[in-house]
Amino acid sequence: MIKVEWLYWLIGLVFVVMAVQMATDRSNPKRWTSAAFWGLLGLTFPYGTGVANATAGNGGWTLPAEPLGVAVLTLIVLAGFNFLGKGVPVTTTGEQREASAARLGSKIFIPALTIPLVAIVCASVLDESGLFESGKATLLGLGLGCVAALVVGMLITGEKKVTVPLHSGRSMLEAMGSALLLPQLLAVLGSIFAAAGVGDQVGRIVNDVLPEDSKYLAVIAYCVGMFLFTVIMGNAFAAFPVMTAAIGWPILIQQMHGNEPAVLAIGMLAGFAGTLCTPMAANFNIVPATLLELKDQYGPIKAQLPTGIALLGCCTVIMALFAF
Amino acid sequence: MIVLLGVVVVILGFVTRRNPVLVVGVAGIVTGLLGKMNPLEVLAAFGRSFADSRSVTVYAIVLPVIGLLERYGLREQARNLIGRLGKLSAGRFLTVYLLVRQVTAAFGLNSIGGPAQTVRPLVAPMAEAAAERSTGAKLPDRLREKVRSYSASADTVGVFFGEDCFIAIGSILLITGFVNSTYHQEIEPTQLALWAIPLAVCAFVIHGARLLLMDKQLEREMAVAAAEHDLPLPEGADK
Repeated sequence: MIKVEWLYWLIGLVFVVMAVQMATDRSNPKRWTSAAFWGLLGLTFPYGTGVANATAGNGGWTLPAEPLGVAVLTLIVLAGFNFLGKGVPVTTTGEQREASAARLGSKIFIPALTIPLVAIVCASVLDESGLFESGKATLLGLGLGCVAALVVGMLITGEKKVTVPLHSGRSMLEAMGSALLLPQLLAVLGSIFAAAGVGDQVGRIVNDVLPEDSKYLAVIAYCVGMFLFTVIMGNAFAAFPVMTAAIGWPILIQQMHGNEPAVLAIGMLAGFAGTLCTPMAANFNIVPATLLELKDQYGPIKAQLPTGIALLGCCTVIMALFAF
Repeated sequence: MIVLLGVVVVILGFVTRRNPVLVVGVAGIVTGLLGKMNPLEVLAAFGRSFADSRSVTVYAIVLPVIGLLERYGLREQARNLIGRLGKLSAGRFLTVYLLVRQVTAAFGLNSIGGPAQTVRPLVAPMAEAAAERSTGAKLPDRLREKVRSYSASADTVGVFFGEDCFIAIGSILLITGFVNSTYHQEIEPTQLALWAIPLAVCAFVIHGARLLLMDKQLEREMAVAAAEHDLPLPEGADK
């Protein structure tokens, strides 16, 4: 049986290898701290196996959680105080890419399509086969899909060296920086909120305000709350743990027995509708105005605002009609 | 009630545009301590929940493949394909681009477009050229801004309401990572991605319709602009 922990070890290994590449990249002015960040992140993946075993009590080897907490705070300090840098990407020139695009044509899309194809086959056809750890078929399918896509990609492009995709991936990692880790850290924050009782408190306030058993009002509160929180913070990911701990989970799912995937996926998308409408999401809404040399920096937001509000309406209606 | 200060830290931190990673770290520590955990328990809480939410960062494993393909001209080929749409009107062209962006993002290719990658070099110039071709005149600055803004919007709406149909995307894995570790569930990413499909359709219908309406607005406003040009308004008249 293929276990999900194996996938985590593979990812940890990829991060560690990329960290070594970074440490030797003299074009990166912050190469040592960058390497420390991604290397440490890589090590948290196998270490996390022991911590997760201890939490689950499944009889596997265990490790204490506190050192991992120290590692996480170290990652936060390295990313939070700007210790991450970028090297000059080792890559092809514009002409080389044009030539390669002309040579390969649309075959270049095949490896990319391999990833979802393999993942879907694993999650549907092979899910019941006992090949994968139960409940992890999609994630494992994704991992297998990426390995398969890498093989297909190297065959199609004729690339022989496996270090080339690792270097290209590392450049993308450097470009994304700590944004790559933000979703996981927000999931951590959501768990700490839940452990400290934030959800209970907000839920109590919401319960006082909302009349009992008013499913539609609760749906509106969750969707509009996700939308508004995202508009204020500029980030749907940050709004999600807060609103879900307050309304989505305790009220819509536990009290009113809503369909979990429907409530959560649509709630996140109500936040995305908010992202369309806010200057706080500068990289999506303000940066394009600058790039396009617009006089009105709110031009893209004005073009998106009616769509965003209409989509908030769609999220609310679809959740109210189909999630219960 | 006092644990809610952690939420206040998050809101203030994001509103004042502090480094998001730092905001999350501080909010976590503050919430833990206010929730009557001792410092060691806070560390353990960070460690345990980080270990339980490792699945969220699994999407990093697609980077080497996408990096390899970009090195061999993935974006250039996407541009070549979009460039073949040159004969459409501005609104129709942007509607097709919206669809292309949604479908490719739904297959995990959310990095082939973007304001810097496609909108500025390709989509906005093509939309402007199409608008000038169909109205037969140079666009006044105000309308040029409008076409460019709608070009940016087609890209952003497309990627936002396409990418969630793909399982290996931060938002989907954040949902499963958070809910599975906090509430001990076993939700799979595919179940969530399925629910993103009806909203992707809504986004295409709504924004596509607005992009097509833009063609009509451009025609009308160009006609008005032409009329104004032929018959200058008397001085001091209200426009």
